[in-house]
Amino acid sequence: MALNLNPNLSEAGKRYFSAYSPGDDFYELLIGAHRDLSDEQSELLNARLILLLANHIGDIATLREALAVARKGV
Amino acid sequence: MLKTYAYPKYDYRVAPEIASGRVLKVPVVVIGAGPVGLAMALDLDLQGVPVLLLDEDDTVSIGSRGVCYAKRALEILDRYGVGDAVCAKGVSWNVGRTFFRDKEVYNFNLVPEPDHHRPGMVNLQQYYLEEYLVNRVASRPGIELRWKNKIVSVAQSATGVTLTVETPDGMYAVEADWLIAADGARSPVRRMLGLEVEGKIFMDRFLIADVVMKADFPAERWFWFDPPFHPNQSVLLHKQTDSVFRIDFQLGWDADPDEEKKPENVIPRIKAMLGDEREFELEWVSVYTFQCRRMGRFNHGRVLFVGDAAHQVSPFGARGANSGLQDADNLGWKLKLVMDGKATERLLDSYSEERVYAADENLMNSTRSTDFITPKSRASRTFRNAALSLAKDHAFGRSLVNSGRLSVPSFLVDSSLNTQDEDAFAGRMLPGAPMDDAPVEKDGAPGWLLQSTGNRFQLMIFVDDPATTDTSALSQLDTGDIPVEPLLVSRVAATACPCLVCMTFAVSPPSAMTQNTAAFT
Repeated sequence: MALNLNPNLSEAGKRYFSAYSPGDDFYELLIGAHRDLSDEQSELLNARLILLLANHIGDIATLREALAVARKGV
Repeated sequence: MLKTYAYPKYDYRVAPEIASGRVLKVPVVVIGAGPVGLAMALDLDLQGVPVLLLDEDDTVSIGSRGVCYAKRALEILDRYGVGDAVCAKGVSWNVGRTFFRDKEVYNFNLVPEPDHHRPGMVNLQQYYLEEYLVNRVASRPGIELRWKNKIVSVAQSATGVTLTVETPDGMYAVEADWLIAADGARSPVRRMLGLEVEGKIFMDRFLIADVVMKADFPAERWFWFDPPFHPNQSVLLHKQTDSVFRIDFQLGWDADPDEEKKPENVIPRIKAMLGDEREFELEWVSVYTFQCRRMGRFNHGRVLFVGDAAHQVSPFGARGANSGLQDADNLGWKLKLVMDGKATERLLDSYSEERVYAADENLMNSTRSTDFITPKSRASRTFRNAALSLAKDHAFGRSLVNSGRLSVPSFLVDSSLNTQDEDAFAGRMLPGAPMDDAPVEKDGAPGWLLQSTGNRFQLMIFVDDPATTDTSALSQLDTGDIPVEPLLVSRVAATACPCLVCMTFAVSPPSAMTQNTAAFT
């Protein structure tokens, strides 16, 4: 499973009329999850989220690729 | 006085009712001759409804204000007879560049859809739009526009509205069956009726400067996140007509509006942005804040609210004037049917329902843009910067960058006016969809589908061949209480098509519509 770097977000059963809508839906959820948290709590939330998503993806080769892409821009 | 534009001063005339003491009785009063009030008057005029349009001033918008007019607004303006003037004077642009700190992270090219008459948007200072609308109104005998006429009281009963109007020469009274309030964000009509508008003010200030560029400068939209010349804030550069560029600087809540407006403070900001010695002149400067809020409903008995009086959004996405024009577009035909007794007043509930839905969509999208542009927490800022840093190399990163989602009409898929959809239909034209344009031939001449529609009920039927279609049942449709005009559309030219409007698609009928992959202001 190669790392997908194209827009890939959607929700089952939902019909989108603008290409930006699913990405914006997710982004709002993401920022909303951090509401009222301290910086330290936000960091913990992000770390937990990464671990959850990594386990869900499962494929370590994909995760290695994602880690490399993420690291390259830092 | 601007260097590139002379504000017209429209004639104030003494209202005859002041001397006669008579109460002026009219079917419809529209309050406010801004873009939405003028559009509303023109829409009702197309329906054959006489309109009294009152405005407390005697000129057009001061400063450029609304700038971007999106495709749907242009299509509505076509119906009102000013689309050509707006498109001819306005600036079309396609290239947008997004910068993060000192680097361009990506650019896009909004190629206009070849199957649509109008482009995704044109940029034009609001005063031009208003001037063209005023000129159009002046040519319509059914609309009486009274300048320097201010509403000082309003009361409504079950059957109408009573107004007191103040003019430089005294007061007079008006009795109207219907009142449409297009009197802006601070709507005096709303206040006088004690109606609420709910939402929030955003704790931010923006400096807007209209600048005449002396040197060549590309007709592009540039948006900066956190640029070196204006750290931790955003800046937007937009081309308008007459070599006037609109620049928006985010200032933060603590900025002093009076200080920021002074040329000695504005000019260095612009010089730092241009980064060279290109000459420019300041045309107009203002500092604004904005609110995101709407009324609970837009119809209150005999009083109907349109435009900013009913709903206000942040400027990101150009969803203000564009949605106000859609209010007028939605309301005109419904009010006409109610006035004629062909529909009950409940039809006006659907005006409120549909436009509240659109307002909520506009509020959602413009709030999301605002939250991306001005992050409210450290975590939010980190995510924004991460998205921007991914945008340079990765398509998914670009899709998350939100510097404004351009106004597009709502798909009213849940409207109470929709009937059951039975057959599956390819593409996006489902019940409640805003109708798409398409190139067609009519009577052998090339044209556009939207030019053959509007202002009446129409039934569009796609047929294989008009010549072999039995149209006898269809021709009865336009003889009813509410006439319906059948419109046959096919791939082959019609040779004989009596009593019906026949058209041929100049290209394949639109099926799977291309979606806006990038939409910005």
